[in-house]
Amino acid sequence: MNKPRYEVDTQGYYGQFGGAYIPEMLYPNIEALRERYLAITSEPSFQQEFQALLRDYVGRPTPLYWAKRLSEKHGARIYLKREDLCHTGAHKINNTIGQILLAQRLGKQKIIAETGAGQHGVATATVCALMGMECMVYMGKLDMERQRPNVERMRILGTQVVPATSGNMTLKDATNEAMRHWINHPTDTHYIIGSVVGPHPYPDMVARFQAVISEEMKRQLIEKEGNPFPDYVFACVGGGSNAAGAFYHFLADEHVQLVGVEAGGRGIDSGESAATTALGKPGVLHGSRTLLMQTDDGQVVEPHSISAGLDYPGIGPMHAHLFDIGRVTFVNVTDDEAMKAGVALSRTEGIIPAIETAHAMAALDQFEFDKDDVVVINLSGRGDKDLETYIKWGQY
Amino acid sequence: MGSVLMKNRIVQLFESKKEGILSIFYTAGFPTVDDTVPIAVALAKAGVDMIEIGIPFSDPIADGPIIQQSNKQAIEGGMRVAVLLEQVAHVRKQTSIPIVLMGYLNPVLQYGMERFCQQASRAGVDGVILPDMPMAEYLQRYRELFRANGLLNAFLISPTTSELRIRAIDSVTEGFIYAVSASSTTGTRHQFEAEQIAYFERLRALGLSNPYLIGFGISNAQTLATACRYAAGAIVGSSFIQHLAAQGVDSAAIQQFVHDLRQPAP
Repeated sequence: MNKPRYEVDTQGYYGQFGGAYIPEMLYPNIEALRERYLAITSEPSFQQEFQALLRDYVGRPTPLYWAKRLSEKHGARIYLKREDLCHTGAHKINNTIGQILLAQRLGKQKIIAETGAGQHGVATATVCALMGMECMVYMGKLDMERQRPNVERMRILGTQVVPATSGNMTLKDATNEAMRHWINHPTDTHYIIGSVVGPHPYPDMVARFQAVISEEMKRQLIEKEGNPFPDYVFACVGGGSNAAGAFYHFLADEHVQLVGVEAGGRGIDSGESAATTALGKPGVLHGSRTLLMQTDDGQVVEPHSISAGLDYPGIGPMHAHLFDIGRVTFVNVTDDEAMKAGVALSRTEGIIPAIETAHAMAALDQFEFDKDDVVVINLSGRGDKDLETYIKWGQY
Repeated sequence: MGSVLMKNRIVQLFESKKEGILSIFYTAGFPTVDDTVPIAVALAKAGVDMIEIGIPFSDPIADGPIIQQSNKQAIEGGMRVAVLLEQVAHVRKQTSIPIVLMGYLNPVLQYGMERFCQQASRAGVDGVILPDMPMAEYLQRYRELFRANGLLNAFLISPTTSELRIRAIDSVTEGFIYAVSASSTTGTRHQFEAEQIAYFERLRALGLSNPYLIGFGISNAQTLATACRYAAGAIVGSSFIQHLAAQGVDSAAIQQFVHDLRQPAP
């Protein structure tokens, strides 16, 4: 019997998902990346620089924290992987460090990025400042309003933030605008995609840069539990980069239950949701074939989530495949459940999580654990950027 | 080339006309859902050689603001693949002009590629352009389907496409190649830059086996005349959509637009 495949194949597919569906104008860039990303990222000089920056600049390894009071509350041994303690406040910087080193080796002078919650935008602006490269970040106009502190952080870092005014003016539209910019500036510019989405090789490349999360988890679990394998790993999924990183080194260990938590918005039947595995079907958007929320006519449906970082109508093709073959369990939680879980974590452990991350926390209520179960939640980001949303929600 | 394709109107066009071909692109269902047919008929009457009708999509990443807006308006107005195919059948009753459908892959995939090809062929479509469909996927999965239905598929090339790849595209093309004038999204420009002219010259010197049309940024008599010096012809899109947005679908105004385009450059 064939073992199921979790990694990308040579054509850039995860099962039926993935590929590179791009107009010809982007073909040379994508082809150059595809041909070179593995060779460049495995060079010793690349690895040396990457590891040193992750250690000394990002602050890795991030702690794996045993959350005592949360464990008591849920009747399990719960650990939080503290990606919120990364420089810039979320896991996003693991990927931007990797990609800027790659962009330099590809001879690119300028960087563009899309951002939803602004965490990827800030992480990109940060590495561009670090490397002295020109940076432009596309952000939906609505997201610029609801994540204002991050807009200003990017500006302080010297990045030009460009509002995307098409569609719902959120992450999907920012991604469209970034792709259009890249089509118009293909030779001097590298596009740092922030999630495991986009044409091959982006999903695999971003997953590899984020894989440090699960690599550290395994090491830290040996220290703390004497066993690298937890019973569960939870992560929120918008495009799915923190989940890809948190799942990566556990994919082949099938006794580890992997749980992806999507944004249910106002409920999956409300018409205002971003729960792609519940509502989507296979389609092509932003360069890959994946699960996509769309009409029968193939028009992409505008998603809704209180969390700007999860407000996306698709998921990475790797996740679509892992859902398809049943390797990852996908659940969803509503805006309200996520906000409550965010406040609950603040009061139980003294950690105000990003609203994206609060979704992963909220999903704990949907599971019944044994008291010896080891549960790791990827605490992907901190909540500073979300203060306005917390204040507006008001129930604390 | 199979016998079905010999009768293809695009093949016949390029056999009978070697230069100065004018193809006009517009978005189906823009300004309103009922405008697709009268626009096509007016363009045919104005002496345009080929029409490309855009299938609207919610996320047109290769398009600039003008075509983006037309897509949005068309979708909101109720345009969909099934409606468009019915409209093309009506156009076909009134004119023998070659018709190309152009759009992003997803709406066609959701309609079903096989069903789309069969119904497009029956409606009188001659060619299809899906800029985000990978060449390998076309060759492996769809080429036989296109051929069986007498449909041509046109690939895009751009200034950043390598010669090796241009030749690969030329070798699998049956009909014409769509040469994008600059690495850019769609839109209008008043004149070409030196590097674009250099690209057109490079392209002409390749001696490709298929004719090519230059598109993107052709917006007036001057850019059209320049493009036609280097290619079998050119494609005008955004500036025609701007015309429709400003002047509506009046047949006389459309004829004037085409007439003005074809004025010899000053």
